[in-house]
Amino acid sequence: MTDASRMLPRSVVGWIGLGLGALVLAGLPFVASAYYVGLITKAMIAAMFALSLHLLVGGTGLVSLGHGAFYGLAAYVVYLVSPEGAPRPIWMTLPAAITMASLAALLIGALSLRTTGFFFLMVTLAFGQMIFFVFHDTKLGGGTDGAYLGKPLLSAFGLVLDPLSLPRSKRGWPVYYAVLFQLIAVYLFLAYLLSTLFGRTLEGIRINEHRMRALGFNTYAYKVAAFTIAGLLAGIAGHAWSLHTGFVNPELVGWHKSAEALLMILLGGINSLIGAVVGALAYTALGEFAQAAGAYLSAFGSSLGDSVAGRRIVAVGHVLSERKLLIEGIVILLTVLVLRNGITGIGNRGWQEGLAVKNVADDECDDARHRSAAEDGRKRISRIGARGNG
Amino acid sequence: MLPTLFSQLLNGIQYGLLLFLIASGLTLIFGVLGVINLAHGSLFMLGAYTAFLVVRAAGSLWLALPVAIVFGAILGVLLERLLFRHFYRREHLDQVLLTFALILIFEEVRSLVVGNDFHAVPVPAALDFSVPVTSGFSYAAYRFVVIGVCLALALLLIWWVERTRLGATIRAVAENREMVDVLGIDASRVHLTVFAVGTALAMTAGALAAPLTSVYPNMGDGLLIISFVVVVIGGLGSVSGAFWSALLIGLIDTLGKAYGPSLDVGGTGGLLAAAASMSVYILMVVVLLLRPSGLFGGRA
Repeated sequence: MTDASRMLPRSVVGWIGLGLGALVLAGLPFVASAYYVGLITKAMIAAMFALSLHLLVGGTGLVSLGHGAFYGLAAYVVYLVSPEGAPRPIWMTLPAAITMASLAALLIGALSLRTTGFFFLMVTLAFGQMIFFVFHDTKLGGGTDGAYLGKPLLSAFGLVLDPLSLPRSKRGWPVYYAVLFQLIAVYLFLAYLLSTLFGRTLEGIRINEHRMRALGFNTYAYKVAAFTIAGLLAGIAGHAWSLHTGFVNPELVGWHKSAEALLMILLGGINSLIGAVVGALAYTALGEFAQAAGAYLSAFGSSLGDSVAGRRIVAVGHVLSERKLLIEGIVILLTVLVLRNGITGIGNRGWQEGLAVKNVADDECDDARHRSAAEDGRKRISRIGARGNG
Repeated sequence: MLPTLFSQLLNGIQYGLLLFLIASGLTLIFGVLGVINLAHGSLFMLGAYTAFLVVRAAGSLWLALPVAIVFGAILGVLLERLLFRHFYRREHLDQVLLTFALILIFEEVRSLVVGNDFHAVPVPAALDFSVPVTSGFSYAAYRFVVIGVCLALALLLIWWVERTRLGATIRAVAENREMVDVLGIDASRVHLTVFAVGTALAMTAGALAAPLTSVYPNMGDGLLIISFVVVVIGGLGSVSGAFWSALLIGLIDTLGKAYGPSLDVGGTGGLLAAAASMSVYILMVVVLLLRPSGLFGGRA
């Protein structure tokens, strides 16, 4: 075992790579169009959300289908605090959003972590659904249609940065950099957390919870803490969503949101923390690529004139560019079937060590159990034999 | 007042029985195969659209039912052999994502074939009348037929799982797969049968429900989660538990939705109404925390 968590880069080179990635993201607005700035902002928000879920899935081994609830809840808190036409500064909306999200996560986590496995999935799903219905069925947050909100003002120390004062092509920049800053902060925070004793304990729970309990750890308390922190971080992502789009609707709370984040984690690679970010960016890029490729194919097909092949190419292009969910479905299918260790797992043997440790731990347990069962049987047989002889 | 209550009670029973057809497949598939199938609600949707297409082409719902059953069984066999059998021993995360992908793919295929419009499916002409139950209250004949068909299927299924030799084998596989293998029984065949039956049941439920609800995109999404509630409250893997819990959930949900909005008094802003639509989820959480093996059956 090394000192650093398996989830983090294991060498200086890895950290330098991460730094370069952050620099690329920081320089992007200078070369990309406003459309791509908005797109990457969305991808970074998704990355933040996926990172928050990664603490549960990759860090602790808990698969939750209710994580979208905290993301959506935070966005709705922004709507309640800062309604359309009456925006509030970010130093008011952000604490309000994350407080609410982490309180909800503490309560829901404390209840649902009393169950495990399949039941945990179901309870988190049910709680997520409950919060969904609160916003879907009441007028609290605009009902089914959702509502516009006043985007939180980017202000500090009395200075307000109003995007509208910037030239049209740069209006997306303030939110872009605010989100990038938050993404880096969330990543570094999680990286630090995973390398502490707390993080290592979570890792221990993921690998073998019984053993951790036997070692005297109160695993329930650790899991509730992880669940709460994950909810808090999801709250930051949900707040960023409201900052970027200025719109909330019940879909933000639904379980599809959680499933999508699970996909990003698996796509990027569940065995490293940066996998969640890579997965979110790759997933966004893939959607864009499919759309562009589809548009290209359609144009190419119609240039072939009214032939059968031309029409077919147009049809395929149409599916690629219009059927976003179909593409998403196929990507997920291929990820679970083929790319089981995600993009960051390609060509990296480190993850195999990780899995090996888990399997050895399980096997040791099984071996011990089998040995004691066999021992038991042998004793019983010899006892019967002794009785027969006597 | 009383006639509406009567018809809401009957609606609740009918809804509960349809839920049972979905939840029984879900509980068997999880209990025997150990797979969380989030795509089970989409199978319901596929069944409803199958009924819609058959009725549009041939004009008969009676033909649609067997078509949905056969199509469901075939689809079940294909899904089990091509995808699910590789996921029995995989982690929940992989199963969740696999079946989430299937939801997206099924919905998109549906959208490519039929489009995204709502479509009404007519009730068969022979059943398009109301049965007078008491002097002041009558109830749609087709709904009675749905209740009858569901009850017949439910009894058949419970008899199959709890009284026949194959049913005993299925329960044995759920208990201990290796032991069944060692005894010379082909567990993989049992898996295939269970999965195909579960798929066919969900699609039958969809076909039966099509004239009641009309068909529309994502129609299985809400039902999926309610069915999971049924499975948990009924006790994981227990078919007769799922039966009673489906009836209970059907009644609670129907009555809650019918009378919940009238609870909206003054300043609560519909919070009580929302609580009424959440009632089944609240029940599930309470059951899970107090009695994780379920209210009925208890064969976890």
